[in-house]
Amino acid sequence: MEKTLRKFWPVFVLPTLLAFVIGFAWPFVQGLWLSFCRFTTIGRASFNGLSNYLYALTEGEFLHSFWFTAIFTVVSTLAINICALAIALCLTRKLRGTNLFRSVFFMPNLIGGIVLGYIWKILLNAVLTLTGRPLLALNATYGFWGLVILMCWQQIGYMMIIYIAGLQAIPGDYLEAAQIDGAGSWQTFWRVKLPNLMPSVTICLFLSLTNGFKLFDQNLALTQGDPGHQTEMLSLNIYNTFYGRSGGQWKGYGQAKAVLFCALVIVISLVQLRATRSKEVQQ
Amino acid sequence: MDRPVKRAKGALLTALLALLSLAWVYPVVMIFLNSFKEERAITTQGAFQPPTAETFGGLGNYREVLVERGFGSAFGYSLLITATSLVLILVCCSMCAWFITRVSAWWSRGLYFLFVFSMVVPFQMVMFTLSAAANRLGLDKPWTICVIYLGFGAGLAVFMFCGFMKSIPLEVEEAAMIDGCGPVQTFFRVVLPILKPTLVSVGILETMWLWNDYLLPYLVLDRTAGYQTIPMLIQSFQQGFGRVEMGTTMAGIILNVVPIILVYAIGQKHIIKGVAAGAVKG
Repeated sequence: MEKTLRKFWPVFVLPTLLAFVIGFAWPFVQGLWLSFCRFTTIGRASFNGLSNYLYALTEGEFLHSFWFTAIFTVVSTLAINICALAIALCLTRKLRGTNLFRSVFFMPNLIGGIVLGYIWKILLNAVLTLTGRPLLALNATYGFWGLVILMCWQQIGYMMIIYIAGLQAIPGDYLEAAQIDGAGSWQTFWRVKLPNLMPSVTICLFLSLTNGFKLFDQNLALTQGDPGHQTEMLSLNIYNTFYGRSGGQWKGYGQAKAVLFCALVIVISLVQLRATRSKEVQQ
Repeated sequence: MDRPVKRAKGALLTALLALLSLAWVYPVVMIFLNSFKEERAITTQGAFQPPTAETFGGLGNYREVLVERGFGSAFGYSLLITATSLVLILVCCSMCAWFITRVSAWWSRGLYFLFVFSMVVPFQMVMFTLSAAANRLGLDKPWTICVIYLGFGAGLAVFMFCGFMKSIPLEVEEAAMIDGCGPVQTFFRVVLPILKPTLVSVGILETMWLWNDYLLPYLVLDRTAGYQTIPMLIQSFQQGFGRVEMGTTMAGIILNVVPIILVYAIGQKHIIKGVAAGAVKG
């Protein structure tokens, strides 16, 4: 079968491959090359070595947005996963209304980042005004926590679904055996449920870490990086470097930042996958 | 544990969850109520008050969004882009994934690696070069942008299809081939029907992305020709005309959310199942 199938590669692989080259591979390679150039359009590029990278690594705003993104990602990943796991544990106890709760918590995932951002901008600004505090766009601390709240609201439901699926896949015998051995619910959670849940934890951590680092739409809609680029995350910083400034040097800087950002996301994903995979147990 | 104690605990938990789910519903309800206020009556101080006789603007904001700002055409473009891209991704990527899992050659393994790699790469890495390429190749129209989406969305789709494909027994396909089916026929008559639940899963995840995507269409689509999707339209209310228009923004949000909630109400079970299945296999 394999032999006949091989001859049909133009039918099966070529369409996807062509689109992949146009939509990803070629722009990626071109982007790598352009990060070493000074350019305004792709046709008008001149090689200038590592100077884009040297600039990117010393720009205060870029470094600030790196730390802002890193802290945001850690805080939101922890918050999302702890809350999602707690809700998943509640919803697997055969309570009344489980299905309704599950649907409601998942709902924000269907709404896009831009729309979610504006919904919460309106709501949070109203709360801040009523309590006599500065608006989101005027205070970076509120902007930060606003983003955390928004991401929790959106992502808890998604991670909860994955945790519920993981919890339901644990064989009933394990829980029964634990009960017979006299384990309390606290012990059952730490010794039986959590170790068997590690594949779900791997996926959820991976998703929330990469989502956090790549966050763009919500950041653009909720704070736009205000005040004065203080709540600007990496994606938005790169976007603004590309399109928010005029001058021949900026596109090169932006592309170099994008390459650094890309490398960072890849390294973080690999490290995280390796770290949690090693804690998974075989059933 | 005593039964009454257990039952009381359960009731308490249910009450807590009910309270929590109010926090999930309230933001949307609040926008809904405010969207009926007159533009000038919308303030951050009064956001929590429902519209009164003085502030009530009827359907004015909705009329503005629907008639003057072209929500209808944005909706149409969003629908066209999502539908064409979705069909293209599902058909092409499932074919590609079948080939990759059934043919063991160095280059098919290499291809698989490339697809998985593309999933992790952030959009900012290719955003400038991709939009330039799309403009040069004429892929910046709502009816051609699906090629870009196929290319950029192929990673996730191929990865997920490959994950499911491994669990399909080889014997069925071999039997079909021996009975005289060619590879193309085998794929469409035998493999694709077995793959149906996976198609639903991948379809749901891709739709969630396609329908709500903002930056890719914003950069790729030819905006001078007036092509815009719903997220682009809503973003334009906030910065396009030099002032923030809250009334139109809120009406736009509601017009965006209502169809989503309707679809969700109908296909809720499939959507949640699809997401769970996708994550477990991924």
